[in-house]
Amino acid sequence: MAMGGRTVTVAGRAAGADPAAAEEVGRDRRPTLAVWKFASCDGCQLTLLNCEAELLALADRVRVAYFPEATRAAVAGPYDLSLVEGSITTAEDAERIQQVRAQSRILVTLGACATAGGIQALRNLADVAELAAAAYPRPDRLAFLARSTPIASHVTVDHELHGCPIDRGQLLEVVAAVLQGRAPRIPSGSVCTECKRRGTVCVAVADGLPCLGPVTRAGCGAICPAHHRGCYGCFGPQDTPNGRSLASLLGAAGMAPTDVVRAFRTFNAGAEPFRTATGPALPTSVPDAAGGRP
Amino acid sequence: MTVTGGSRELTVPMLARVEGEGGMHVVVQDGRAVDVQLRIFEPPRFFEGFLRGRSYLEPPDLTARICGICPVAYQFSACLAIEDACGVEVPEELRLLRRLLYCGEWIESHALHVFMLHLPDLLGYDGAIEMAADHRGVVESALRMKRAGNELMTVVGGRSVHPVNVRVGGFHRLPEPTELRALRPMLAAALDEALAAVPLLARQDYPDLEQPHLYVALDAGHGYPLESGAALQTSSGLRVPVAAFGTHVVEHQVGHSNALQGRFDGHPYLVGPLARYSLHHAALSPVAREAAAAAGLAPTCRNPFRSILVRLVELVFALDEALRIVDAWEGAPVAAVAVEPRAAEGHGATEAPRGLLYHRYRIDADGTILAAQIVPPTAQNQPAIESDLRSVVEGHLDLDDEALTRVCETAIRTYDPCISCATHFLRLTVDRR
Ligand code: SF4
Ligand code: SF4
Repeated sequence: MAMGGRTVTVAGRAAGADPAAAEEVGRDRRPTLAVWKFASCDGCQLTLLNCEAELLALADRVRVAYFPEATRAAVAGPYDLSLVEGSITTAEDAERIQQVRAQSRILVTLGACATAGGIQALRNLADVAELAAAAYPRPDRLAFLARSTPIASHVTVDHELHGCPIDRGQLLEVVAAVLQGRAPRIPSGSVCTECKRRGTVCVAVADGLPCLGPVTRAGCGAICPAHHRGCYGCFGPQDTPNGRSLASLLGAAGMAPTDVVRAFRTFNAGAEPFRTATGPALPTSVPDAAGGRP
Repeated sequence: MTVTGGSRELTVPMLARVEGEGGMHVVVQDGRAVDVQLRIFEPPRFFEGFLRGRSYLEPPDLTARICGICPVAYQFSACLAIEDACGVEVPEELRLLRRLLYCGEWIESHALHVFMLHLPDLLGYDGAIEMAADHRGVVESALRMKRAGNELMTVVGGRSVHPVNVRVGGFHRLPEPTELRALRPMLAAALDEALAAVPLLARQDYPDLEQPHLYVALDAGHGYPLESGAALQTSSGLRVPVAAFGTHVVEHQVGHSNALQGRFDGHPYLVGPLARYSLHHAALSPVAREAAAAAGLAPTCRNPFRSILVRLVELVFALDEALRIVDAWEGAPVAAVAVEPRAAEGHGATEAPRGLLYHRYRIDADGTILAAQIVPPTAQNQPAIESDLRSVVEGHLDLDDEALTRVCETAIRTYDPCISCATHFLRLTVDRR
């Protein structure tokens, strides 16, 4: 193989691949687990390593076949369960996710990046060339797509875990469910239902704090209101969100229109109900004579 | 491996156990490493671009998402820069609470790196899970230490990855003194476990390598540098205000990398545990200094391979410091101070687990961000890492490709490079001609 050009790297990465190890896996009856990264912050896969009490017991039950963040061992696919973190932002990654899907029996996406495009999907609402010029002196040397897209826009996804980051309990549940061949029990409903369950006094009603709880998917355990702040929507839209009506309520409660737009345009800006909750685009490009860098 | 003509090319599997996606390329010709590149493939996410037009209150939550391993570093560097722009300094109690939350991040990150990412290289395993087959006790102990950090972050920050409780001006909610006190047994047990690990790490073999890099770390003025500081200290004796960072550090974009590389007054330089330790050994707590001595470390360390020992010392320090703050905490008058916007520029720097993290923001009178600059540790260290790799390659040319590759991988991992930060898998290619 020639020296590591990017194409080679992509093929190498997706193929994982050590034939000797693959033979060994033939004797090993444990189901195989692979963890893949696309454009992301690593926070969702770190959640797996953060299952401190469960990690070694889990490693007894599944064979960690591919998880570069944790081990240099790499066993060739196919894999029984692939966990995918991150969004698709380059042409190579668009190809690599196809290879990952082809090698995976069950594919589960982790977090706002993989399920909605992540915070990097703010580019979808802006002039991406201009954004790149703000961060790099020579944006022409970078290879990237104009849009950051979720994994499900490219391949079939079996289960999705939301959140920025995902919840550790939900991760363990989905892995257990896949191993047991049953459907994972992931709560539906909004953050509001979790506030009620844990007995948190509504921060919107009692303190007038702007809160995205009514339109945001349950799952985190309503952490923010318990810390006396409004939910900022990191779990993304719940199944039946009424973003527009919440947006007008926030406005009526005194939130400036720009701040309402900003509130919906963070880690799940690429999710349709959040993107359309406030109408026109956020003015991400402030006219600035000095250009990008201060 | 293919041998074609006079040139020898080797492609080896990607380097693992680093945060982010990148690779390394080495060209060896006539016994010299003629080209050494740490390649960063991590796709760019354009934070500095989309921060413009956002509110001055948003960077702590937004920039946390640059890195899931060190979100607190991003949150606090952002807070400091914005508070600086607005002419606000948080009260001492809130500074201490920030320091406590940051200790949690150091504990979590250092426990992960020392025992689960770096130690497998020393003991000859592919990773911590494989290592657990023979050293289950070591891995279980590491997981307990890591958990202590995560629990601390959960109590103070609301959760360990991307804490929700941090805001410009302070916190959303103050933890109760009883909540902090309840952390004591877990932190004390983790401190005992970190100290107990010193002999295991001290008796490993570390390759000899002395590197002359300029060291740069924050000078906190109040103990070992961590959550804040007004100036930078260098091993050449310079003391530079944080606001002057940009006049000394110039970032370059190089073709083989999606990250920018920083140079200090034109020279490769090093931030992180080795720099902090060597510049601020005297500021360590007595128990951390004793651990350093027991680990066989002099007050200055210039061998990157021994950075695992320095990280262990910092793990001891962070646990000790967390206990000190927890024991003394009696609450604060307010959870946060008001920070009113004004047209200004602000600078902020803190010590992420991997080193100095600098933020700069320019905001207008109503608090809209006009410009943002973020300089993460790995971008600053990249030229120094490349220079170390050159020394490592040239010092080990007698090794076959596989063994040489292992040494290079280990060398890269000693820096705990966070490529997610710098813009994750490394792919190592050695090209011998
Ligand atoms: S969803 Fe959030 S926590 Fe997960 S990888 Fe993306 S940015 Fe990180
Ligand atoms: S309350 Fe909202 S913003 Fe906070 S952690 Fe839960 S989903 Fe995320």
